[in-house]
Amino acid sequence: MDFLIFKAPMLMVQASLDGILLGILFALIAYGMALQWGVMNIINIAQGDLVILGGYIAYTMYLVGIHPAWGVIVSPIIMYFVGVLLYKLVINKVVDRDLFISILATFGIAIVFQQLMNFIFGADVVVAQSEYGTTMLFDNSVTLPNSKIFSAFISVLYAVALVIYMKKSRLGRAIRATAQNARAAKILGVDTEKVYAATFGINAALCGIAGALISITLTLHPYVGLPYTVRSFMIVIVAGLGNLPAVALSGMGLGLFEEFADYILGTEFRIGAVFMLLVFILVYRRFKLSKKREYLK
Amino acid sequence: MNKVKQKDLILYSGLIILGLAAPYLFSAFKVQLTYLCVLIVLAMTWNLQGGEMGYNTFGNILFYGLGMYLTASVQVGMFFPLAEWTESGGEKTFVHTTAQYFQGIGVGLLVSAIIPAIIAGAIGYAILGLRGHYFAICTLGLGIAAGEIAGGIEIIGAGQGFTTPPFPAEIVDTEARGKFFYFLSFALLIGTFVFVKYIYGSRFKLILNAIRDNEDKAEAMGIQTMKYKITGWMCSAFFCGLAGGIMGGLIGYIDSTDVAFDGREMGVFMVLMAILGGKGTLWGPVIGATLFHFFKEGLWTLILGWQYVALGVLIVVIVIYFPEGLMGWLREKYPERFGEVIDEKDRKAQVELK
Repeated sequence: MDFLIFKAPMLMVQASLDGILLGILFALIAYGMALQWGVMNIINIAQGDLVILGGYIAYTMYLVGIHPAWGVIVSPIIMYFVGVLLYKLVINKVVDRDLFISILATFGIAIVFQQLMNFIFGADVVVAQSEYGTTMLFDNSVTLPNSKIFSAFISVLYAVALVIYMKKSRLGRAIRATAQNARAAKILGVDTEKVYAATFGINAALCGIAGALISITLTLHPYVGLPYTVRSFMIVIVAGLGNLPAVALSGMGLGLFEEFADYILGTEFRIGAVFMLLVFILVYRRFKLSKKREYLK
Repeated sequence: MNKVKQKDLILYSGLIILGLAAPYLFSAFKVQLTYLCVLIVLAMTWNLQGGEMGYNTFGNILFYGLGMYLTASVQVGMFFPLAEWTESGGEKTFVHTTAQYFQGIGVGLLVSAIIPAIIAGAIGYAILGLRGHYFAICTLGLGIAAGEIAGGIEIIGAGQGFTTPPFPAEIVDTEARGKFFYFLSFALLIGTFVFVKYIYGSRFKLILNAIRDNEDKAEAMGIQTMKYKITGWMCSAFFCGLAGGIMGGLIGYIDSTDVAFDGREMGVFMVLMAILGGKGTLWGPVIGATLFHFFKEGLWTLILGWQYVALGVLIVVIVIYFPEGLMGWLREKYPERFGEVIDEKDRKAQVELK
């Protein structure tokens, strides 16, 4: 094995730290995915494009002259309303229907979003400079941008806040009740339509936060939404719906996998590796499940 | 019964004559007509999967792209070193003679039909065990992964693309290229249609329908569902590979994510066309693809730049409001035409119940 990463152990530390910090960000997006999947039973292919849109909001602030880090407050607020609007226009018609319909419909939304972002923000790869500097560790052999640490910190903060909100608040309880049994919740006086709209809004807001963080840590481009969707989908199927510690863990695992794949296979295969991992996870899951089910062979 | 057959005969011979005459009647639109044939083939093969078997796939683009790369690679690799061809401007140093070109494309198409079918068979057992939306997402991942990986492989041109062999310059007739690809794709269309029609009259189609309606029950009835699912997928892969090979030759340039494994365009188009026409019917995909192609070609130039927005909106509208498609709508409206007998008493009882 003639890979650079095995010769220089410090690169492994670098990749691990990068991977974990990135993974926390992925976990935040995946949490939104799990939320809407669990509550409304839809799979949102446009998830990644909501993330990118959130990132472009922060980027616009950066262009205007406001520090892009404020995007983590502004972007979720705007994205919440985008999410609610999207729910009223399209999503409310695909709830309770075949999952494939929601996949295709959100695929359509994703295409519209990509193209509109392409019109408004141009097809260039952009990044909002946070100018946070970098932290050097281990005799300057590991460099860690402060923006990545910041983004991981903010992600954890928001995730914890959301968990507390879901446990304590009235709306949070209504959302959890609807997830358990929509019909019973309706009978007991929960306005499920409102709950669905709020859920989708919260999901979009989470995407907005993640997007704002991505705009300062990684890069933005109108057409890179789909990998984020697939990552969050992957995290959710590995972790299961509504299991937050597992979501965080598998998010970090995915981050680690990506960083190592980047070093070992080369950057040009990074996205390919993510999609292949998705296929492998699904196939592994299929063989594991088929052992439990007693099929006629 | 005999009368119906006669009607069919007139319809089919009329369509074949129209198809054969089309490149002479609309000689300026030969490329568009070739596209149309390929789109119909893709929609029909998707329909075998999504419509008949109930396995909504985004992954048929995998076979289409594979076919495209395989045809071009074989066509070049038979006579010249492939690596030097794709390195830079190989099409200028190496020139296919007329005989070499046609030999190459013939063998290439053969390979591009067989290898995707073999691959479909090989991965089928793992992939087709997934159900419902997991299958949809998995195949979506497969298609995109294939594009990303193909974009990193040097010998087939990597990110800078692969120029397929140009049509032999010794043939002076400027129309010849268009005609050649049109008749090739038309032949493929007829082959696919005959095959799918044969399937529609066979037990195989009933088994696929049983899998769609309730797979566990079908299995309990003693049908080896996995065998039939894999066979169905291999049939799709066979025709998708051929369609890809023809398209590669027609376009003349293969890019990994924009032309070959083009999940954002072709991969969605085939799903959309089949749903627009009505999935699970013989004629639905044909009508859907034709309508879609006319709509696309008519509107694309009018709304330049906005075509993807229109496409996205179209997907949302079709999926939400017309999930049964055109044929489904017609069937609801004129059930007698589809050979469905309505029990008047039962219908009245239903109305009263409402």
